[in-house]
Amino acid sequence: MSTVTEPARIYPASPADTGESQLLELSMGPQHPSTHGVFRMDVVLDGERVMKLKPVFGYLHRNHEKIAEHETYLGSMPYTDRLDYICSLTNNWAYALAVEKLAGIQVPERAEYIRVITAEMTRFLNHSALIGFLTQDMGASGTPLMYAFRERETILDLFESLTGARMMCNYMRFGGCRVDLPAGWLDQARKFVATLPRFMDEFERLLASNEILMARTQGVGVMSKELAVNAGVTGPILRASGVNYDLRKVDKYGIYDRFAFKIPLGEHGDTYDRYMIRMLEMRESVKILNQALKDIPEGPIIDPKTKIRGFRPKPGEAYGRIEAPKGELGFYLVSDGTANPYRYRVRSSCLVNLTVLEQLCIGHNVADVVVILGSIDIVMGEVDR
Amino acid sequence: MTLETIKSEIETKVPGCVLEIVPNPSPSAQHSLRIDPAHAVAIATFLRDSEDLRFDYCSNVTGIDWPDKEISEKVKVKQIVDGVEKEVEEVRKSHTIGYLEVVYHLFSMEKKHGPVILRMRTEDRAEQVHLPSLTPVWQSAEFQEREIFDLYGVIFDGHPDLRRILMWDGFKDHPMRKDYVEPDDYEYEPTAHDEVLERARQHRTVMGAQ
Amino acid sequence: MDEQLKTELRKQGIVATTLQELYNWGRKNSLWPLNFGLACCAIEMIAASMARYDMARFGAEVFRPSPRQADLMIVAGTVTKKMAPQVVRLYNQMAEPKYVISMGACAISGGPFKQGYNVLKGIDRYIPVDVYIPGCPPRPEALIDALMMLQKLIDEQSLTGADRPRHLQADALSEFVVPQFGEHDLEPPENPEVWQPELINISLAGTDDAGNN
Repeated sequence: MSTVTEPARIYPASPADTGESQLLELSMGPQHPSTHGVFRMDVVLDGERVMKLKPVFGYLHRNHEKIAEHETYLGSMPYTDRLDYICSLTNNWAYALAVEKLAGIQVPERAEYIRVITAEMTRFLNHSALIGFLTQDMGASGTPLMYAFRERETILDLFESLTGARMMCNYMRFGGCRVDLPAGWLDQARKFVATLPRFMDEFERLLASNEILMARTQGVGVMSKELAVNAGVTGPILRASGVNYDLRKVDKYGIYDRFAFKIPLGEHGDTYDRYMIRMLEMRESVKILNQALKDIPEGPIIDPKTKIRGFRPKPGEAYGRIEAPKGELGFYLVSDGTANPYRYRVRSSCLVNLTVLEQLCIGHNVADVVVILGSIDIVMGEVDR
Repeated sequence: MTLETIKSEIETKVPGCVLEIVPNPSPSAQHSLRIDPAHAVAIATFLRDSEDLRFDYCSNVTGIDWPDKEISEKVKVKQIVDGVEKEVEEVRKSHTIGYLEVVYHLFSMEKKHGPVILRMRTEDRAEQVHLPSLTPVWQSAEFQEREIFDLYGVIFDGHPDLRRILMWDGFKDHPMRKDYVEPDDYEYEPTAHDEVLERARQHRTVMGAQ
Repeated sequence: MDEQLKTELRKQGIVATTLQELYNWGRKNSLWPLNFGLACCAIEMIAASMARYDMARFGAEVFRPSPRQADLMIVAGTVTKKMAPQVVRLYNQMAEPKYVISMGACAISGGPFKQGYNVLKGIDRYIPVDVYIPGCPPRPEALIDALMMLQKLIDEQSLTGADRPRHLQADALSEFVVPQFGEHDLEPPENPEVWQPELINISLAGTDDAGNN
């Protein structure tokens, strides 16, 4: 019969139960140096230990879904950039994938390769920025962040020459990409990717045997496999708990089945595993980039017959999802035959990943809450939409 | 493993449930299964725990608003007019009660298959908006069901902590509904036209035009 | 004093200046921003303080987490109605002299999310803003340009006289009304003492040059 137990919410026994000490209710945020945006946590503390934690968000709720009901399908594409604003190209791809599923549009090969290249660069960007922010929260005062942002600036230069904007790229279209690669872009990209292994070695060596990092992250915020699966957690933090579920291998969307790459898995499910998984995934991204940059064919980037303006898909619905750097980003679209979607829903990875925050933090110190939150990697634009 | 086989499996294992396949006409071919609220938790537990299905990952919980619809159609009716039987066109109006719908997307992390899509509908949009919560089965539905309560007004029975999540606690409306009117706090625009111009002109008289 | 005389004296190691210049020079070159990133513009703000577009050269390196220690609030990102009371409270907690830079289209007027029920259409509805930076998001160079514009603004502020800045006037307001959460909207929806939209003849909008509709 049922072998999966209910996730237990255990409050450890403490003198507070006998009424000997008082509990302190603290509100961390919404303006806080380490909450990664406007996020608030109401913690109930016994001394330094966390008894209860309730996350409060909605401070960046910009009603993206309601605006999308007034806009056309294409008009929502710039808004998807602003969901997870650090990685805008993967958001674009997820939305384009959902609409292509809804309307049954095929994507030419060169466009698929370009999508994979930009997505893996975005993944690299995101993971290195995350490690920078995590170490800054732990008190490293921004030095690893400076290293991460140095690489990020080079990648943003590449994106700017390709799409016209540093951050809000608005590049994918339903059926392909907006513009083709400019002349010399591939050579620039190949040269840049060739320098990445040296950067990663340097980055890893900077932090590898740092005592403070290891003491503050090992054994902190352990997430078991059952909890992770039941709570719908996806992305690198799911794989850090040992569950082998990566949408690039499961759904095989795009052309990911042509590339050879491994899925790193963690053993303990603590913060140190979540941090190391991202380091390893950065290396896998570089592997994919090398293969994609070598094999990219010539050809059109979008079928000339696809309708971009005046796009009216048939009535129906579709759910499309990709492996965004933070987890599973999905779009659920219900169409009623008109130019505007009837229902446009963003399945946000960060929102569902936050479900486990309370259970991971209970029993730990207040200082660990910041580290655990940093390792879960949330971006408020996606949580609140 | 198609939706029909899953449907017949559920019907044998959970007696008394009412299931209906809702076809999806788009090329994505993701058909969904409409379940009745009374047996929802039993169906969900069966889907999660059965050995060959193992849908242990609830990915997405969505709310959709279908407002009341009034359909008027012209019907040809035989009527006696001035003693002669004639065919007359009559306009018949039928009124369908609107409802709120909650859609669950289920996948399996163990068997790596899916999606299976479940739908539940409320009776109407005003009073009878109670649905059972599937949070005790899949904890990932916790925040998403709270969001549907906040933005649509569906009350989930059995949810451990049902309160507003995105709007502030004193907020009274359910903003994602189709008949929500947002507060008019737009300042005027210097290059207005069409409806924005009309709205701006109203504001100018209110603020005291020069 | 004659400019040539000043340069001559400086060559000899004597600096001649006015108290106003000295006061403003000290203030403008050590603006400490408040660590206040709301949304996407915050990432560009962080990028502006990183190694490539270094904001530390302008004195704005130390981002203070506490409003009591900051004197510049860069509102970077969309201000929602849920967040608006906290923004105004933080502004009230900052000590005079304080400045506000409104970064990005969202903080100026609501930006691309203007149709939102939860979006405050511009932070200048509740607090006075000194510099506006358009863009979505504005490049880090634009933020540095705004910082330099603010520095020029501070440089031109006089110590005495009727047009002296707010922090030198004894009876000027430095704290503003914090909005409360109402049932459908914030109460009050805007602060009329702070926000006075320009009076342009609205009846002319929508007409062509000849005055026809």
